[in-house]
Amino acid sequence: MTSLTLVRQIRARPSIVFEALTAPDGIAQWWGPDGGPVLLAETDVRIGGRYRVRFRRLDGTEHESAGEYLELVESKRLVMSWQWISGGVPEEVGEVSRIEIDLKPIDGGTEMTFTHARLKTEDSRASHEQGWSGALDKLERHFSTERIAYDRLGKSQTGSTNLHAKRGQ
Amino acid sequence: MVNYKERRLDRTFAALVDGTRRAILARLEREDSATVSELAQPFAIKLPAVMKHLDVLHDAGLITRTKAGRIVTVRLRPEPMREAMDWLQRYQRFWSGSLDRLAAYAERKDTEARKKA
Repeated sequence: MTSLTLVRQIRARPSIVFEALTAPDGIAQWWGPDGGPVLLAETDVRIGGRYRVRFRRLDGTEHESAGEYLELVESKRLVMSWQWISGGVPEEVGEVSRIEIDLKPIDGGTEMTFTHARLKTEDSRASHEQGWSGALDKLERHFSTERIAYDRLGKSQTGSTNLHAKRGQ
Repeated sequence: MVNYKERRLDRTFAALVDGTRRAILARLEREDSATVSELAQPFAIKLPAVMKHLDVLHDAGLITRTKAGRIVTVRLRPEPMREAMDWLQRYQRFWSGSLDRLAAYAERKDTEARKKA
């Protein structure tokens, strides 16, 4: 299963981060890859409730993603499904993936661990229950056309990325 | 509808879980091509076991095998890994930008809340 994990240290209380993650007016402030506007944000914050976010990228294209809240623990944990409704990544239309967000109070704020996981198909489930993060490390080293490295944030930084991606070759 | 691309990705990562298979891929990346017996040589396992690993890598599309007489030459085929990396990079870009703004927004809200208190 392919999955991406990002960790952020944020100088804000977990309750405020949780609100920013789930309230439509919060989502409107941050959702999307490049700072283009959010055109619509709807959330029904309860287990089984759905969310829908439509945004425009700076290149003018419009995209819509939606999903369902699968787990909700106020100020602590949020799990939701993810699907492209329009735009997005054409080859992924119809695919459902999963987003897990954990919030941990730290001195002066919140540590947010964000994971977006591609879902594996049922028939392959048994073949690799083991994680593949070790495999990814190797992949990084040996197939250096694309590199992804993870490292933890330093204390002085906040709200910045802990994942660096570089294009090589 | 069967999603072949999804299955291919699953196979790619299943193939990469094993250390011997990763070592084989790493070697093929360095050396361009190798025969089956050359590949088997550094390992303390028997040739049939190596052949099984090669089958897994082949099924995942990570290697090609060409036969000339009795000699099978193995080469790396990196495309399936690129696909996996593409997925990671696409969402890395998407979420990295989003979460930076989320952090900035939450920090602003927190400061506002503190001023009111």
